[in-house]
Amino acid sequence: MSDTTLHILNRGPNQSELLQHCLDALSTGDALLLIEDGVYWSCSHFSQRLAGIDLYVLQPDLQARGLSLQTGESVDDEGFVDLTAAHSRSVSWC
Amino acid sequence: MKHFLIISRQPPYGSAAAREALELALACALFDQPVSLLLLDDACYQLLPEHQPMGIGQKNLGAMQQSLPLYDVDQIYVCQRSLEQRGLEPEALSLKVKTLDPDALRALIKSHEMVINV
Repeated sequence: MSDTTLHILNRGPNQSELLQHCLDALSTGDALLLIEDGVYWSCSHFSQRLAGIDLYVLQPDLQARGLSLQTGESVDDEGFVDLTAAHSRSVSWC
Repeated sequence: MKHFLIISRQPPYGSAAAREALELALACALFDQPVSLLLLDDACYQLLPEHQPMGIGQKNLGAMQQSLPLYDVDQIYVCQRSLEQRGLEPEALSLKVKTLDPDALRALIKSHEMVINV
C-alpha cells in the first residue's frame, strides 16, 4: 500500500477556513471524502476550489440534503470503508 | 406585543440547530407572538427542496418548514450575500422568502424587540 492519506471533511461553507486547512494538507495521492455538511462543497459553485482533487462524496448525506452529485465520485457506506482501507491513514477535519 | 426575530445560521441535519430554530418559530406562533425567521450563511441550505434524510436516520425537516405559513410564520428572510456565496437563487428554495441586503438586514433587526440567534 502506498503511503497516502484519506482526508474526511464534515463541515460546509460556514467553515470555509476548515476547507482551506484541509486542502493545504493534501499531498500527492491523497483523497478527500466529503461527509455530512461537507457535501455542500461538492456543489458545482465550488468546483474551482476542488479542481484536480481525488474527490469522493457520501451519497446518503447528499440525498438527505436534497442535493445530487455535481463534482467528484459518490460512495455509499461500504465505499467509505473501502476508502479508509485503501489509504495508510485517515484524517478527520471537523 | 413583542415581535420576535429568530436568526438561524446552520445547515439542516449536521446538528440540531436548524430544527431548534424551526421549533422556536412555531412555538412563538402557537403563543400568538408575531415572529420572523432570518436565514444566514449555511442556513440557506435548509430551504433546498426534496430532502431525503431517511438514509442518515433523521426526520425530514421539509414538513415542518412547509407548516410555517399555516401558523402565520410567513415573514421569512434570507441574506442575499449568503445565497450568492453559495450559488443559490431564491426561486430554487422551497418557501417564499424575501432577500435582504446589509441595509435591509440592519433595518430588520431594528424592527424587532426580541432577536434570538439559534
